[in-house]
Formats: sequence, structure tokens, C-alpha cells
Amino acid sequence: MEKFRLSDVSLWYNDFKALKDITMDIAANEVTAFIGPSGCGKSTLLKSLNRMNDLVEGCRITGSIQLDGQDIYKDPNINGLRKRVGMVFQKPNPFPMSIYDNIAFGPRTHGVKSRLMLDDLVEKALRDAAVWEETKDRLKKSALSLSGGQQQRLCIARALAVEPQVLLMDEPTSALDPISTSKIEELVTQLKERYTIVIVTHNMQQATRISDKTAFFLLGELVEYGKTEQVFSLPRDKRCEDYITGRFG
Amino acid sequence: MKQKITDTLLQVATWLAAALTFGALFFLIAYILARGIPHIRPSLFALHYNTQNVSLLPALITTVLTVVLSLAVAVPLGLFTAIYLVEYAKRGNCLVALVRMTAETLSGIPSIVYGLFGMLFFVTWLGWGFSILAGTFTLAIMILPLILRTAEESLKAVPDAYREGAFGLGAGRLRTVFRIVLPAAAPGILAGVILAVGRIVGETAALIYTAGTVAQIPESLMASGRTLSVHMYALSSEGLYTGQAYATAVVLLVLVAGINTLSAALAKKIGEG
Amino acid sequence: MREQSLRENLMKAVFLTSALISILTVALICLFLFANGIPAMGKIGFFRFLLGREWSPSDLPPAFGILPMMLGSLYVTAGSILIGVPIGIFTAVFLAKVCPKPLYRVLKPAVDLLAGIPSVVYGFFGLVTIVPMVRRMFGGNGSSILAASLLLGLMILPTIIGITESAIRAVPGELYDGAVALGASHERAVFRVLLPAAKSGILAAVVLGIGRAIGETMAVIMVAGNQARMPEGILKGVRTLTANIVLEMGYAAELHREALIATGVVLFVFILLINLLFSALRKEGRS
Repeated sequence: MEKFRLSDVSLWYNDFKALKDITMDIAANEVTAFIGPSGCGKSTLLKSLNRMNDLVEGCRITGSIQLDGQDIYKDPNINGLRKRVGMVFQKPNPFPMSIYDNIAFGPRTHGVKSRLMLDDLVEKALRDAAVWEETKDRLKKSALSLSGGQQQRLCIARALAVEPQVLLMDEPTSALDPISTSKIEELVTQLKERYTIVIVTHNMQQATRISDKTAFFLLGELVEYGKTEQVFSLPRDKRCEDYITGRFG
Repeated sequence: MKQKITDTLLQVATWLAAALTFGALFFLIAYILARGIPHIRPSLFALHYNTQNVSLLPALITTVLTVVLSLAVAVPLGLFTAIYLVEYAKRGNCLVALVRMTAETLSGIPSIVYGLFGMLFFVTWLGWGFSILAGTFTLAIMILPLILRTAEESLKAVPDAYREGAFGLGAGRLRTVFRIVLPAAAPGILAGVILAVGRIVGETAALIYTAGTVAQIPESLMASGRTLSVHMYALSSEGLYTGQAYATAVVLLVLVAGINTLSAALAKKIGEG
Repeated sequence: MREQSLRENLMKAVFLTSALISILTVALICLFLFANGIPAMGKIGFFRFLLGREWSPSDLPPAFGILPMMLGSLYVTAGSILIGVPIGIFTAVFLAKVCPKPLYRVLKPAVDLLAGIPSVVYGFFGLVTIVPMVRRMFGGNGSSILAASLLLGLMILPTIIGITESAIRAVPGELYDGAVALGASHERAVFRVLLPAAKSGILAAVVLGIGRAIGETMAVIMVAGNQARMPEGILKGVRTLTANIVLEMGYAAELHREALIATGVVLFVFILLINLLFSALRKEGRS
């Protein structure tokens, strides 16, 4: 079952063509990893999936990206799309408000008012993101008082609280220490049962550890895409082999 | 749905607020220009003021004089203080904290309080009377925190590598400051000075009871004189010369616009490095 | 060599002297204001001065109560804040988050111009436009708390806009992206995430605006009516602390004069408190 179906997706920043005719399917309830050297377009493609690129001036996209069979660029309800497709950023970006209000921000945005319902949603999201035990006694404290790893899990909880179907993660562990990183990786493998996850990573080991499929990008092109074991053990493309064996990148 | 209504309301409020702000400014300028420009006549620029010509030239000359003199007092004082703070004072020097507190205290004081002080100290205690000298010293104290703060920030912004480079070549501290640090900090310091000029040109309350309100070109520093702003206040409170008051307002606006353009050009230069 | 070290030491002494003079000025200001103002408070009676409801210096015996002027300053300031703060904050949002770049290049200097216009020009403008407008719309003679609040509301705009705009810009862009990625609209992201994140800066802007409004003198004199009596309503005239000093200093003598200086002391203390609040807020904003 594919969640996303991309066909001939190209993207320009003004005159610069950052993505070149990408065609791929992204399967539901799997972890798909995007890898490749800096500037290869992997983050750009990720941000096209929830239309965060719309915020960038001079950005233009062609081709089609379908989510459950519907072209997301033809649907005027961007905020509804972003509710279905959540995102976790490279650097933890908790809002400067309490832990509770951080998590409740999304549900409130989408119209949840009842205190009881919010309480439930907050607890569930924090549990799902494996950060409930550390935060349950300090929900009213500022989210900025948490450690970096806790902040990132809080941000994952915040994304989960709007009950998305897809979770996009843009190098979510690049700013974290190894222990926090392993916690988040563990979390990702648990979450894939209920969510479709797309993760951009610089870390080859991370991709092999947690992803089912891997896509390798180079200079805006999708060079290789397949099952993770196959991509890492028997890459078909020479450039992909060079990259994963560490010859460049 | 409800969120959509809120969004639209906020959007409308944002545009409306901007329209009000800039509309008010535009209206003010247009109104003053429309009413003032017809009253700008050669007689307004006569060398001597009398009740027939209501000349603003003496006030303009007094303004220039006041600006120059106030800067002559405040700029060296503020700049040297900043140099002491940034280049000489050791870390944790209690003098630094004291000066900073001073500047912070001074910066928010209303100009009428400066005016009171000037009257008590320069006019009465030192016995200078209502005079250009008393006015300029009062204004110098008023702009001191501005000069001090901008100079301090500009000096701090000069990379330490410059200083180390100069010391490494065997230059003394003084030479380093004047040949290396000051030139690099000059645009920022100048921007502060221009801001100060704007404040002097616009000042009224601090001058009425220090420099007085005589409408002629002052004959000496101990004579009284009025700057353009004071002149304008006098005209409009007398209520007899509304046309000339408009014309004076035009001249003031032009001066302020000129000063702002200059400082914007400088700021751009600083931005480009 | 000796000549050089002589010069070094000489200039160092000059710099140090400058710093000392800068400190001395504040000491002098405090000394002269307090030395001239405090005794007057003593002679009049501290509470009769601050809480006296009547100011009639030429009566026999004279009355020197500045409560009417304190309330006058308070009302006019509150009115200007009520008008200036919402408009200023929304305009700052407009500049920082809505307006297209080419427009910004025009509007930013316009805000600076707004800040640079001398207060007499504002006062005169208020006198010839706002006062007649208030008169036409609400009757009375137009010089009123309302007129002064409108004018001061306009005058504090650049202060509010400038500080609020830079506070909004100082909020990391990731917070905006984070909110939008949760499905929040642009408005919700700006007003529910960016503005709360910038709140200490915005508060500082308001405090500074209050300081400007209390300290403003010439513009207020020209539109507020200046009656030294207890405020009677927003369409009635009122006198502020600053106006009291300027209007009467020209002819005051003896105790009257000292009472005016004492008025200046009260103003000075107000501003000191506001300054303290401002720097406390700024420190909180940085941490």
C-alpha cells in the first residue's frame, strides 16, 4: 500500500533546479530513509511532502505528489494537509511556553477546546513519544527547561498530538547526543506500526538500523531506491556504492 | 471555521493598523506641506527678525550654532568615556558599572527635567543667565547618553584581532585606539552623532528656560537665542503667525528628513561593512 | 620613548576624566533637583504636596497640590497607551511578517521619520487638526484628555513599533516553521507563537512608550487645555506634570518656583522607576 505517489516532481528555487523528475512511491506503515550528500535535495523533497516549501520565496514545483490518491498541490487546504502530515525538525524547536501548551497547541489549532480531551491528548502524545515519565510532574514548566533530547521527543509528541498519518523527520537526531539518538531511533521503530515515517538522515548506520526502504539522492536526482538491505548490500548504482562506502559525501 | 474568522479579523487588524500608522504620517506631512509651502517667502529668511517679517533665519542660524556647540561638548566627552570603558577599563571595574548605570539613568529622563537642571545649574548657580552657552551645555548633557552608548557599541563591535594585530606590531595602546580602532568604529559613532543632531533640532522643552526665547541672532555665547523648534513653539502659542508657523514646520520637517536620510545612508554603509 | 609613555599616560588620564565627568553630571542633576525640590516638599507638607487636590499658587494662602497634574499625566499616558500599543504592535507585525520587501524599504524609513519629527511639530499638527476634530465630534473646546491621548498615541508609535519589530524578528524562524507544520495558519503562528515568544521585548516597548508619554511636554501643552484642576472627563482639559513646569516656570518665584522644581523631582522619580522596570525586562528578554 503506497501512501505517497510522486510522479515527475521537479522543483526550482528561482532558476536553480533543486529536484529533477523524481518519481517514487512511499509505502504506508514503513520507515523510508532519504540519504545523500549535503545539497542533494533530500530535505527539499521531504519539505515538499507537507508543502513547507511554499514558505520559501521563489520556489516552484511541477509534477504531482499524491497523498492517498489526492494531489496535495491541487488541494487549497494546506493546513489540513499539514495536520495529516506532521513534521519534526533538525533542531528541536519547542515553543517558549509550558510543556502542556506545546503539545496542546496543535489540537487547539484544529478546534479542540475541551480541557478533558486536551488532557487526554497531551498524555497520550507524551506517552507515545516516550517522554511522559520525565515530564508528567512538570507539565506547567517551560518546555525550554528540558534537555536537548527531551525537547526533540517533546517535538515528536507535539507532532503526534494532532493525530497525523505521516511523520516527516528532517535529520531529527543530528543535534543530539548518542543516548538521546538511540532513544529516538527506538521510538521511530515503534511508531511505524501506526504511522508512515519518512526520515532524512546523514547517518548511514541510522538508515540501516531503522528504515525499511532507502532512497539515495545526488544533485537533485533519485539515483537509487529500494529495500534498505538491498541498497546497502548490493547497490545497483556505482555512485550510490561510492557514497555508502564512504568514498565521498 | 472559527479559526478562519479569527484569522481574517487579525489580518484585517494588521493591515488596518499599518494603514492608520502610515496614513497618519502621510496626512501629517501632506497637511503641513500644503499649508506651509505657500507661506515660504523670501522675507522669512531676512537677517533680522521683526514682527513684520517674522523671519526664521535667525532661529535657523541659532539652531546650527546650538548643534555645533552641543556636539563640540558632548562628542569628545561621550567618545572619550566610551574609549575608557572599552579600551582601558579592566574587567569588573566598578567605574564601568557606574558609568553604564549613569547612561541608563540619563537616557529616559524627559527633556523638561534637563531644562530644569540647566536652569538651576548653568543659568542660576553658575550665573550664565539665559544664554546660548547654558542651552548648549544642557543639550550636551541630554545627548551624552546617546553618544556614549552608540560609541561604546561601535567600539565593542571592532574585532579584537585588529587590536592584537596592532599590538603585535609594537604599537602602543593610544596609537592602536586612534589609528586602528576608531577608524573601524567611525560609521557607528557617526550614526549616533547624527541621531543626536536630530534630537537637538527637535528639542524645545530643555531650551526655553536655559537659552531663552530671543528671536534674533545671538551676538555672543552669553546672549539668549531660540532654535527653530523654540521659534515654532513661540509662534504657535502666540497664535498670531499661524502661516509662518506652518512654514517653520516645513523647514523643520525638511531638516529632519535630511538628517534621517543621512543616518540611513550611514546605516547602510555599516551594514555593508 | 619617554615622550611616548608620557603621552599614553596623559591621554589615559583624559579618558578617565571624561568618564568621571559623565558620572558627575548625573550626580549634579540629582543634587540640584533634589536640593531645590525636596525642601519645598517639606515646607508645603509632603502629603499635601503629593495628594493635595488644589493647585492655586497665586491665592492667599497659596495651595500647592499636584494630584490633579499627576492624575492628568496618568490619564493622558493611559489613553495614549490604549491607542498607541495595539496599533503599534499590529503595525510591527505588519512590518516584520506581512509586508512585501519593496514596501518595507519605504515604510521602515517612514517609521524613522515618525520618530524624528519634533514634538512641537506634532503639537502644532494636533492643535490644527485633532483639537478641531474633537470639538466638532464631541463639542466642548476640543483641548482635552482625548486630544492629548490621540496625539501622544501617534507620537509613541515609532517607539512601540521599533522595539516590537526587532523583538519579533529576534524570535528564531524555527518556531514559525514548527507552528505551521502543525497545520497552524500564518496568523495563528504569528499571534499565538511568535508574539508570546517576543513578549518581554514587547513589554519593554510598552514601558518605554509609557516613559515617552509621561515625559512629553510641548506637544501635550498645545492640545491638552492645561487647566490645573482635577480631571473631569476625557473631553475636558487637563494639565500634566510636564506642562505644569513649563507653563509657570516663566514667572514663578520663591515657594511657587520651588514647588515647580519639586514637580520635576516627582517626574524624575517616575521616570527612574520606569527605567528600572525597562532594564529589568530587557535583562529577562536576554536570558
